[in-house]
Amino acid sequence: MNELVFFINNVVIAGSVAGSIYAIGAVGVTLIFSIMRFAHFAHGDMMTFGAFMVLLLTTLFPQAGAALGVPTPLIMLPLAMALTALLAVGIDRTFYKPLRAHGVKPIVMVIASLGVTLMLQGLIRLFAGTGGESLYVDDRKEIFRIPLPIEGVRVPVVITEPQLYLFALTLMSVVALHFFLSRSRLGKAMRAMSDNPDLARASGINTNTIVAVTWVLAGGLAAIAGTLLSLDVTFKPDLSFFLLLPIFAAAIVGGVGHPYGAIAGGFVVGFAETLAVFNWGILLRPFRDSLPEWLSLPGNLAFVGTEYKIVVPFFILVAILVWRPTGIFKGKVI
Amino acid sequence: MPLLDARDVHGGYGGMNILNGVDMAIEADEIGVIVGPNGAGKSTMLKAVFGLLRVSQGEILLRGEPIHNLPPNRLVQKGMGFVPQEYNVFPSLSVKENLQMGAYLKPGNVKRMLSRVYEFFPPLKDKRHQPAGELSGGQRQMVAMGRALMAEPEVLLLDEPTAGLSPRYMNEIFERVKEVNAAGVGILMVEQNAKQALAIADKGFVLAAGQNRFTDTGAALLADPDVAKSFLGG
Repeated sequence: MNELVFFINNVVIAGSVAGSIYAIGAVGVTLIFSIMRFAHFAHGDMMTFGAFMVLLLTTLFPQAGAALGVPTPLIMLPLAMALTALLAVGIDRTFYKPLRAHGVKPIVMVIASLGVTLMLQGLIRLFAGTGGESLYVDDRKEIFRIPLPIEGVRVPVVITEPQLYLFALTLMSVVALHFFLSRSRLGKAMRAMSDNPDLARASGINTNTIVAVTWVLAGGLAAIAGTLLSLDVTFKPDLSFFLLLPIFAAAIVGGVGHPYGAIAGGFVVGFAETLAVFNWGILLRPFRDSLPEWLSLPGNLAFVGTEYKIVVPFFILVAILVWRPTGIFKGKVI
Repeated sequence: MPLLDARDVHGGYGGMNILNGVDMAIEADEIGVIVGPNGAGKSTMLKAVFGLLRVSQGEILLRGEPIHNLPPNRLVQKGMGFVPQEYNVFPSLSVKENLQMGAYLKPGNVKRMLSRVYEFFPPLKDKRHQPAGELSGGQRQMVAMGRALMAEPEVLLLDEPTAGLSPRYMNEIFERVKEVNAAGVGILMVEQNAKQALAIADKGFVLAAGQNRFTDTGAALLADPDVAKSFLGG
């Protein structure tokens, strides 16, 4: 049973954490693709920017959360979301909109977004330095150890406070996004424009408004994902390089342009990562004595070493592109 | 004053002129039908009216007000509806959502117009929760027309509404067009099925090489031996 708890801690919880972050990030990427038809490579840095805004605000007002009994970074999140949304709209106006107006090919937009990536990252480095910083400036990171009421189980289930917030916020974002896309007039217009931009225009939908709304959504979601990740680990200016690949893998696995697919894809990639680096030997350990002698259990039975974790989304990406390029939910092909 | 009045319209794509002076006028209660050989500029003319193509010379008036080169969303506000020939529904949106998008600029209209559109096209009511992309060609055409009607247009532009439909659906669509027109919507449509279309037309415009070749009532064009010989297949 101890081994099972170990599995819960290292796979179920860790996979859900990674999955949630990838899912929220991938939704942004997929929304941008469905409206503007290009792969937005600067998305990871919009996430870092959101987290950086939280760090900045928390450093400025470290006591703000104490009054309400919640960690300060969480109080600052809505403000950081608004600032990141503003940044996203600003970037679009300055860099992407003129290119769109020229009617450039998607690849030009992709390269432009690569430029934005480097700019944003440089900017954040300039102010935040190159090292890691904890978003818990003045608060304490609670770690909950929940012992299971089963005899013989000594290992507790371990979950941290930011992880709980992460799950709650992911659930809220997904539900809110669902209602926005399926019920609101603007959300339906967004789906309509994704389906057929010309017909959307012929219906009187102002496509410039929809583009702006898309950036606000993508920016806000990016800030959530970036902050939650930085809360769970630490804030680093180059977080985006570790996020970009899994997020794009998630968006493509789910079917590009398909928000629900992106959420599913996020969890597929998150769990695939944790399952790949999990030491399966641990689960076999209770049967160690009943195994025949010629089959002795090696110390590590993981598919790949932890240092190769980043390879997993790459593998999934290639596999999906070869065998099912439209993704699980039949999205558009990039 | 005619509802829609196009005078000496010139226009085309990227410097190449396709329209070389087209004249066309319909009254508020009329059905106007544009026919002609391939490449005559029929669809191009419809796009020019709906602001999807630059008019370089001439003018287009809606109730006497110049509207050429206005963007489509302004034209929707001014009472014009357009149904393209292809890609005329939002395939992943449900039938009802498709119709709601038609009334995007007039959200107050949605409830009232939904029930009116369901009256015009009863099959749509049963399928309102189904994605429009899953419907048959004829029903999809109904969704497309319904979407345009949701904004309560004074004039509806239809680009080959019966293209690719079976004869049964073709007749049904023509019947619907007549009904919509009887309900007070002016119609300007491009048609390949020239004989059937001219039979319901108040005005007919035979285009060739971007110019009016014949302009008369639908019945007169059908009766004209020259028109029949050159454009209606004898």
